[in-house]
Amino acid sequence: MLLATTAALILLLVLAFLLLEAWPVLSGGGWGRFLSGEGWYPLEGRFGVLPMVWATLAVALGTIILAAPLGLAGAIFERFFAPAPIAKAYRMVLALLAGIPSVVYGLWGLTVLVPLIALWHPPGAGLFTAIVILTLMILPTVALTSASALQGVPASLLHGAAALGMNRKGVVIGVVVPAARSGIISGLLLAVARALGETMAVLMVAGNVVQYPTGLFDPVRVLTANIALEMGYATGDHRAGLFASGLMLTVMVLVLAWFSARLARDGRDG
Amino acid sequence: MADRMFTVLIWAAALLVSAAFVWLLGDLVWRGVDRLSFSFLFSEPLNAGREGGIAPILISTLLILSVALATAIPLGLGAAVWLAEYTRRGGIFGQTVRLSLDVLAGVPSIVFGLFGYAFFCSYLNMGFSILSGGLTLGCMILPIFIRTIEVGLSAVSDDWRRGAQALGMTRAAALRHILIPSAAPALGAGLLLGIGRATAETAALIFTSGYVDRTPESLLDSGRALAVHIYELSMNVTGGDQAAYASALVLIVLIIAMNAGALAFTDRWLSRRITP
Repeated sequence: MLLATTAALILLLVLAFLLLEAWPVLSGGGWGRFLSGEGWYPLEGRFGVLPMVWATLAVALGTIILAAPLGLAGAIFERFFAPAPIAKAYRMVLALLAGIPSVVYGLWGLTVLVPLIALWHPPGAGLFTAIVILTLMILPTVALTSASALQGVPASLLHGAAALGMNRKGVVIGVVVPAARSGIISGLLLAVARALGETMAVLMVAGNVVQYPTGLFDPVRVLTANIALEMGYATGDHRAGLFASGLMLTVMVLVLAWFSARLARDGRDG
Repeated sequence: MADRMFTVLIWAAALLVSAAFVWLLGDLVWRGVDRLSFSFLFSEPLNAGREGGIAPILISTLLILSVALATAIPLGLGAAVWLAEYTRRGGIFGQTVRLSLDVLAGVPSIVFGLFGYAFFCSYLNMGFSILSGGLTLGCMILPIFIRTIEVGLSAVSDDWRRGAQALGMTRAAALRHILIPSAAPALGAGLLLGIGRATAETAALIFTSGYVDRTPESLLDSGRALAVHIYELSMNVTGGDQAAYASALVLIVLIIAMNAGALAFTDRWLSRRITP
């Protein structure tokens, strides 16, 4: 009882400390000042986080557009197309890849991908590179959660589809994927949450210039990277601003987690 | 014909993804293996890490991990047992705790870093230290650890509980001798997830356990974790790429080895006490 209460208290502590530390900025002008479009110039007391919010959303959106079809295709491959030994090996490799630290993805992106993309679109570090690296990073997770959702489809549906004479594409697209829909989407939402909350991989390849993303190859700075970059020397209101952006990030992720949990529950009920 | 197209597309996507990962892993091994040697593992870093080894960093990493596990395992096991065995199913308080744990599990690691910095480093006055870093990581892995074990415990059949009661075992004895050993796979899975996340973590450690790359003398010293070392070498040290790749290789091998170790541990020590 005591231990469980401690565990629950940690959540309260986390939120309390974020609020407490962010209070100086939130009280003086509130969220309005924080969300106004005046830009992030912490040394002049201007804390507009909107460019970084847009950058964060752009990175997450791009990542999911790339990772969703590839991850789903990987899951379908593993479940319906690959011969048994390949499917088993594929699963093991995915599990291994899901465990690779994000800083390693960042390292590889910085030393291999950035110079490559710089040949094509200098400076190389930017929105697009961040999207590619994050896609690689969350792909294994997307594929694994989609595969387990596909696995949950009752065999009777498959037998019924086969008895109707549907071909393999018809079975997969017309029957299995719709039946596993809520599981797949809830896995995707969790992956988006991971992409939003990821710091290191994005920090290392995104270029870190505070600006509204206008092109696919612009260098951008996301909220998480901003915290990691400036926390070391921030004091006073600047520090409070960083805590407020952490709070905001948490809220964004929580909304996603809530949707994901709701979808998973609807999937079970329906 | 459309079916053939679809098959080709699926295979192409799977191959594309595999190729990208072969490229990534190949690069890691190819670039890292040159620097990797016995002396790399057991000597001090020189010249900001460009030369020399990673011995103090490995020590700090293991210390941070030990602190994290030493907080998370007892706290997590206790909380999971309480949630699974001592709450009414569907009771309000248990549900609230479960919900807040699920919420905590989704909070980005950098936010745990902010919290650790404000709470452990500043408020509790521990400064940049291995202790603050380890405690921060402990908080971070706690929710996922608790929920995994709790699910494992709830999956144990009620017949076992009734059997234990019929034999006149106390609740604690039943837990110790029957319920926890039979939930050992879940315990192992929780440990795996926790260790994996804690070892790979960088963002939460940068401003809780700090950057210092000397061998730590006590838990209150600052120490640089391996993941932070990789970040530092690749971002802030020009010419540190090769050492960064070698460290990345060490980190991945470390994670795989610890996963295997945790699996073997739960297999041997926990399931031995019970006959299947």
